[in-house]
Amino acid sequence: MKESDWALRESHTFDRHAIAYIRRAASTGLYRIRGFGAKRRIPNFDDLLMKGASMSRYPLEGYRERCRTSVTLGTRFASKPIELEIPITIAGMSFGSLSANAKEALGRGASAAGTSTTTGDGGMTQEERKHSRRLVYQYLPSRYGMNPDDLRAADAIEVVVGQGAKPGGGGMLLGEKISKRVAEMRTLPEGIDQRSACRHPDWTGPDDLAIKILELREITNWEKPIYIKCGAARPYYDTALSVKAGADVVVIDGMQGGTAATQDVFIEHVGQPTLVAIKEAVKALVDLDMHRKVQLVVGGGIRSGADVAKALAMGADAVSIGTAALVAIGDQDPAFQEEYEALGSAAGCWEDYQAGTDPAGITTQNDELAKRLDPVAGGKKLANYLRVLTLEVQTIARACGKSHIHNLEADDMVALTVEAAAMSGIPLAGTNWVPGA
Amino acid sequence: MSALRENVRVLDLLEMSRRKVNVALQSHNGSSEPAHLRILNPAGAHALACGLDAPVSVDIEGHTGYFCAGMNKLAQITVFGNAGQGVAENMMSGRVHVRGDVSQSAAATAHGGLLVVEGNAAARCGISLKGGNIVVKGNVGHMSMFMAQAGCLVVLGDADEALGDSIYEAAIYVRGSVASLGADCVEKDMADSHREQLRGLLREASCGDIKLDGFRRYGSARELYHFKQQNIGVY
Repeated sequence: MKESDWALRESHTFDRHAIAYIRRAASTGLYRIRGFGAKRRIPNFDDLLMKGASMSRYPLEGYRERCRTSVTLGTRFASKPIELEIPITIAGMSFGSLSANAKEALGRGASAAGTSTTTGDGGMTQEERKHSRRLVYQYLPSRYGMNPDDLRAADAIEVVVGQGAKPGGGGMLLGEKISKRVAEMRTLPEGIDQRSACRHPDWTGPDDLAIKILELREITNWEKPIYIKCGAARPYYDTALSVKAGADVVVIDGMQGGTAATQDVFIEHVGQPTLVAIKEAVKALVDLDMHRKVQLVVGGGIRSGADVAKALAMGADAVSIGTAALVAIGDQDPAFQEEYEALGSAAGCWEDYQAGTDPAGITTQNDELAKRLDPVAGGKKLANYLRVLTLEVQTIARACGKSHIHNLEADDMVALTVEAAAMSGIPLAGTNWVPGA
Repeated sequence: MSALRENVRVLDLLEMSRRKVNVALQSHNGSSEPAHLRILNPAGAHALACGLDAPVSVDIEGHTGYFCAGMNKLAQITVFGNAGQGVAENMMSGRVHVRGDVSQSAAATAHGGLLVVEGNAAARCGISLKGGNIVVKGNVGHMSMFMAQAGCLVVLGDADEALGDSIYEAAIYVRGSVASLGADCVEKDMADSHREQLRGLLREASCGDIKLDGFRRYGSARELYHFKQQNIGVY
């Protein structure tokens, strides 16, 4: 840096991101809609540490003693619960927001690793059903493509009340991605911006939802586990009311959860961190004596086996991943750096999922771009990634002396920061202090 | 008629649970054999006769609760009473006929089939409709056909406020008054093809003798199809 530059000082308040935001808003007159997820710094799993074992707890042998990873979801009412081999599921992402090849890759990878994948706003495709051994069918406010045959063909049903990136918000799939097939599946004209409602059309509130769930069970012979998915708005009450409404499984999505297209202001400023979501959801289940009876799946910013282990230790039964799964199959690939740059972005920063111009061919309906993703190779990468996460969870669990990943517990952790301690309910390291407890 | 009665299977909710009634009805799913079933003493039970997928005729002798005839395929279901919220929701095909009034969100998201309501329909009738048809012989409540994508609503009486708000390619025909139109919903010309469509729907609803002169047609102005700055004041 030149000495003369030392006089230049960037404002913390009006930093270059704030200035770029203002300039963009002044130029376009429209708020920004984008994909990916929150990019701001949020207290997260990195702010927790696992303790491991020594004299007071005995570890299991890392390469000899067994640490089981199986998870059963939907044991409360469903006659056919879902059996997963690993505690990591693939979150709902629509055909429309993703290419058919991307959906196939997710199905292949999840099936190879022994877990489930989930449909999205836009209905179930045959390719998706074919390649997903365990498929969760999302029941969304828009009901695009909703039909009883697909409902019965699913292995579980997820009633979507909200998602972490936009609790309280509906969707907007921009016209750039509304191909002929997508438009037909959604019964809407090709090329228009498709608004997805934020509330369901035929029920309001938990009392109505209980009857809606009754209807879904009657139609599917009480076989399918019924999940209720909420964004982390008021996780304690959302979880409690989901239990009251009759959920077999509650899915809570923290604000770090991804999205295909949402207002930037929503992504960065609405919702609560995943740490908060887990703590409050688990507390609600414990208060209702429903912990482990109604299973809890949490999503939002899960990246590594350490993240998974910490979520489970906080009381979740499983986690769901979306953004990380897309990265695993090829999103943000540096091999496309030149193309990212031509679009004004960079590998690692790509967030224009809404535009349909994805160089990696994942968040697009452009046939030429979509061809770039080999669904078989993508599926293998996802399966590899899921196996690594699972091996890492097992490694941590054994080190904590656990023969099953569900034996991980809050006492196995400490918090690194006061904020993380307050949000997660895990004591600050070196103390027994949980702010606000 | 007497021969038909002999083949009617009676399912009495005083003697059977809802689950057993629905199992009995759904046992016909996948069959092309016609059958006639009567449900007695519904007493406002929810989720009755939902998930049917066969050309059976079902008579429900009394009032029903939420989501009666939900996701119906092929079946001809008649409610001899009033129906609660979400009757014929997400219907795919077939016909649901309610002799009384219906609560809100009737035929919500229906992809096909026909709902006929002899009385009135409450708020949000035909919300998010995706290809089904509805004929209401009385009045419809506010926000009817909200975000309706395809299909038709015919109202012989009046429509309350915000009719057709944010409507897409669905059509609305109203014979009486309209309290107000919702965002992006406008009155449109009645061409011969529309009269033909209306006549056909009235005929299907067993009221083909009604004159078409008083009907007005409403649909989308298509101004909200693309997200733009000018929409700010519309929503």
